Amino acid sequence: MAFGLSGEDRKDMGNQRDKPAPPAAIDITGVIAALRRILPREGLLLGDEEGRPYECDGLTAYRQLPLLVALPESEDQVVAVLRFCSEAKLPIVIRGAGTGLSGGATPVANGIVLSLAKFMRILEVDPLARTARVQPGVRNIAISEAAAGHGLYYAPDPSSQIACTIGGNIAENSGGVHCLKYGLTVHNVLRLRLALIDGEVIEIGGAALDSPGYDLLALLIGSEGMLGVVLEATVKLTPKPQLAQVVMASFADVVSAGNAVARIIAAGIIPAGLEMMDKAATAAVEDFVHAGYDLNAAAILLAESDGTPEEVAEEISAMRAVLEVSGATDIRVSTDEAERLRFWAGRKAAFPAVGRITPDYLCMDGTIPRKRVAEMLTRISELSDDYALRCANVFHAGDGNLHPLIMFDANVPGELDRATSFGAGILELSVEMGGTITGEHGVGIEKVKQMCVQFSAAELSQFHAVKAAFDPHALLNPGKAVPTPRRCSEYRLTGTPRAAP
Amino acid sequence: MSEIIAEFAGRIRHAEATKTPLRLSGGGSKDFYGGPLCGEMLDTRPYAGIVSYDATELVVTARCGTPLQQIEAALAAQGQMLAFEPPHFGAGATLGGAIAAGLSGPRRAAAGAARDFVLGVKLMDGRGEVMNFGGQVMKNVAGFDVSRLMVGALGTLGLLLEVSLKVLPRPAAEATLRLEAPQGRALDLMNGWAGRPLPISATCWEAGDDGEILTLRLSGAHAAVASACGLIGGERVADAEAFWHALREQRAAFFTGDMSLWRLSLPSVAPPLDLPGAQLIEWGGSQRWLNSGAPAEIVRSAAAKSGGHATLFRGRIEARGAGAFQDLPAPLMALQKKLKLAFDPAGILNPGRMNREF
Repeated sequence: MAFGLSGEDRKDMGNQRDKPAPPAAIDITGVIAALRRILPREGLLLGDEEGRPYECDGLTAYRQLPLLVALPESEDQVVAVLRFCSEAKLPIVIRGAGTGLSGGATPVANGIVLSLAKFMRILEVDPLARTARVQPGVRNIAISEAAAGHGLYYAPDPSSQIACTIGGNIAENSGGVHCLKYGLTVHNVLRLRLALIDGEVIEIGGAALDSPGYDLLALLIGSEGMLGVVLEATVKLTPKPQLAQVVMASFADVVSAGNAVARIIAAGIIPAGLEMMDKAATAAVEDFVHAGYDLNAAAILLAESDGTPEEVAEEISAMRAVLEVSGATDIRVSTDEAERLRFWAGRKAAFPAVGRITPDYLCMDGTIPRKRVAEMLTRISELSDDYALRCANVFHAGDGNLHPLIMFDANVPGELDRATSFGAGILELSVEMGGTITGEHGVGIEKVKQMCVQFSAAELSQFHAVKAAFDPHALLNPGKAVPTPRRCSEYRLTGTPRAAP
Repeated sequence: MSEIIAEFAGRIRHAEATKTPLRLSGGGSKDFYGGPLCGEMLDTRPYAGIVSYDATELVVTARCGTPLQQIEAALAAQGQMLAFEPPHFGAGATLGGAIAAGLSGPRRAAAGAARDFVLGVKLMDGRGEVMNFGGQVMKNVAGFDVSRLMVGALGTLGLLLEVSLKVLPRPAAEATLRLEAPQGRALDLMNGWAGRPLPISATCWEAGDDGEILTLRLSGAHAAVASACGLIGGERVADAEAFWHALREQRAAFFTGDMSLWRLSLPSVAPPLDLPGAQLIEWGGSQRWLNSGAPAEIVRSAAAKSGGHATLFRGRIEARGAGAFQDLPAPLMALQKKLKLAFDPAGILNPGRMNREF
């Protein structure tokens, strides 16, 4: 659930979250003096005014001022900050661009924010090896731009790619609209230079395709800033396909659209992108970006093919045949690059478009088996009636990753709570249908309660054991991603809100 | 099936209580790989069978003791495959063993490794506790990625009970080409092609009796394969499937040498290595096999200098004493040891197989 909250009724919920036992008393003057010795003058932000821009990430409903914000500009400074915090037992929340949707970068009251915003250099693009070596604060799209001259690009493309950083992508294992074919962040990162909590710097992975020992690269990617600080990454670059075309198909009901997705896969096709939007979503989008969507359709599918011109022609005609058999009421194929981008523009602008038609919204991120997409849509629509809140649906249909957008008004008493319960209901349905509470946005603070539904006590305690192997005093991003057993028993006791209030 | 789980749990709890090492084993087809075998045998094969497979979901879930052949046959019947082409190294190879070994075949550079296709695992840790990580869906970022951590861990972090894998459709068309190219030229060609949108799915360079030959496989849509064939040139190989199969299973002539077989994992662009012995190159330059009597230090330092590492894949007498895997720097080693203890506090699961110290 990510909030786009614009009302005056913002809640400061940071204080309700789990935290490690704080140091008996924080000697804030001592902390500032110590960090001043490490960081340049402008590398330390103090007080409410300077800390305000850091009080939340993309999950704006949760706000918390940190003790202070450290903005190191060299590896030595990061290491020194970590050593100091490690000795002082001072919690650290690592931050990139702050675009995350699950509150992974929400500060903690008794800790500092470690911003990597100054690490924005692309250190090397090696066209022959098809790799780029970058600092963590480099924006996702900047890598593709730097590689474009060589006919290469960085494949994972989260919707926030203009702003989000590779460091944040690594923390969240970000996806995008092309990951069914090109993989997630974990499939596209070869090496990390990582600082551990005690300031030790290690190299994980490398320029080869594998490395000896346990696969720490896989463990680190998606670890939500809880295991270490990424100082540098080597990412894989992919050759840019010669051509990409997208088919847009309309359906009179969501069940047919869901079945069409399964049929495309069954036909042996892995589209470069396979996205679905329901009527509420297309209506919001069409008003905003004029992508030319069919407003009469109950659902539309966007299916992209890329490759050589011959290959694309072959795949598009195969998809067209499947879509026709599946009962598409209208099929359009992009005729040029401008039209292809226009078809996608609507999908990529779905969140802001919904943001325009409602004071606030909440974005979910469950993943379910593809075959249950239609059933899930029906259940969501029932929940929408029960809670008397509108919901627009955009999906990465190929992956079964859903982003229902629950619309509400935080200024209307009770609506935020109702929306939260509605969201919790969808997440729990995702688990019930054999899926997961989060496909690509991360757990953060937002879904930490629902972790208790998805995982057993033994599994959660195994996560804590992994965490302790890296960070024994739980100083990195405390209270995020993995709930304490106590928290889960409270959650289970209060039960889960399923029926309407 | 629950009785088998209970029996496994009993064995592991007893081993933990008595600090008796256990040797987890499936078909035993990869017993040669990694450190020495030690402990009482725990045979995973009774826990077998495909749990679920729905072709339209692109996911198969099977129990650890399921023969790899059975899984591949079930997928083939639906026109699908394990895209990482796991080597079997014997008719008895099981799914659990393939994932624990974490090895990948010829398609690795193009499609991804075993770890890239693992979506979830059910495992039993060193305390006999059964836990699920990941799941049966394509995208899942809830909790740390413990399931991928298991891949290549050689059973030292837990007994893999069930594994869910992403599967892919078999390519509509395939073609294999061969052309003559000395090693340096072959490396340049492979890296150059990999930077262009060509459907190359496997490569193999070798200096044999008929010269220095680069063989490559193209996979994809008919049109894409046809146009790439025209662009690359060379001569079509008739019995291509047998060629790639023999390569994957190490039954090709190169692998029958009587010296130690080293696997060097290097950056694809690393220049040719000047090491005594014969070499065979795969994965676009990233995987280089070396048949050599050279001392371990020489091979390992050459690999490290090129930015990679060397595994003593099948060791002969002269290389004994060297560990199977390249040593890790101390801080990394310390971290790995802590992880091992987090999953297997008594250190009873396949001790020494992954690392000499634990």
